[in-house]
Amino acid sequence: MNHRMSIGITGTGKALPEKIITNKDLETMVDTTDEWIRSRTGIGSRRVVDEHTATSDLATEAAEKALEDSGLQAEDVDLIIVATVTPDMAFPSTACIVQKNIGASKAIAFDIEAACSGFVYAMSVAENMIQGGMAKNALIIGAETLSKIMNWEDRNTCVLFGDGAGAAVLQEVEEGYGIQGITLGANGAKGEVLKQPAGGSRIPASHESVENKLHYISMDGNEVFKFAVRIMGQSSLEVLEKSGKSIEDVDFLIPHQANIRIIDAAAKRLKLSKDKVYVNLHKYGNLSAGSIPVALDEAAKEGKLIKGENILLVAFGGGLTWGSSLIKWSKEV
Amino acid sequence: MTFEKVKEIIVEQLGLEESQEIKKGTSLINDLEADSLDAVEIVMAIEDEFGIEIPDEEAENFKNIGDIVDYVEKVK
Repeated sequence: MNHRMSIGITGTGKALPEKIITNKDLETMVDTTDEWIRSRTGIGSRRVVDEHTATSDLATEAAEKALEDSGLQAEDVDLIIVATVTPDMAFPSTACIVQKNIGASKAIAFDIEAACSGFVYAMSVAENMIQGGMAKNALIIGAETLSKIMNWEDRNTCVLFGDGAGAAVLQEVEEGYGIQGITLGANGAKGEVLKQPAGGSRIPASHESVENKLHYISMDGNEVFKFAVRIMGQSSLEVLEKSGKSIEDVDFLIPHQANIRIIDAAAKRLKLSKDKVYVNLHKYGNLSAGSIPVALDEAAKEGKLIKGENILLVAFGGGLTWGSSLIKWSKEV
Repeated sequence: MTFEKVKEIIVEQLGLEESQEIKKGTSLINDLEADSLDAVEIVMAIEDEFGIEIPDEEAENFKNIGDIVDYVEKVK
């Protein structure tokens, strides 16, 4: 086997829309209360784009900030991967739109869809493409405008999600630092519990599909909760084993920000103390593929990611899919 | 035996005092003030403990702790 390069994150960025919808605002829209939402989810508010803003707009802003943070020029980017379930349109891909917007004319560009696990999937694909010599300077982006596919009359789902994007630059880093291991998984047999039924080739958009509200997120909350709590633990342990580490070696956990009850239950199962777990879902709700990169950027900018420490990213979501990445942080605060 | 184990799981999951009275007729939601996600976590802990799977449709029918115990005894 050839020598494996050390590949890590050299810059991060995020983009969040200005408009805030609080739980109090939702009380006037659906039959719910601030107390109910906080106790069941930990969410206090979420950001929502205006009607003129699409996913690529958030992705572009996050990408530009990540480039600035890493010192990389757009023209030197040779790979752009956008993970999203809310692309601007079926095609061109959101990644191609970002490529145009930032002027990265030499970059390969495509989207991947692994729902809330998308950013970790993108990281794995980019890492392997760099290892394989296809690229040197990758921009990976998780971006969503879930407000566009949310049923604002369904109190079980509209309280949970928000809009936002995060980006990271992936490049070769100092020997021994960077990504220590990534594991991914999927279970299509359970895919029905979380989906957007219409808008693809199975149920193309029609008057009926709109009337029957099939273009909105549908979710079996209890089943997703059970899956999420279990897989967070399993996936974390898998990537640690693959990297030759144990849970005691984890300095900081950045989990997918879906629900504080999922995070607490999973952290308890992993016997990981709360001060090692990053949480920002109270501000943004679940950003799907945007969740982990936004949290990563905020944790980095708040000085919580220390060079040499082991950072564990864990994601789970529709598909069903999941993924974990263990990173020995290589960037100075 | 099953009842004792189920009771132990509930006390642990909800962080109850050992002295809390729990009988077969006790309701998780009405008597112990558990919310729907507490109930899901209790179901998960029971699934793990007894190596069984409790589908959501079944779990929704549990009115009290006796119903949970009866179900576990039936399928384990």
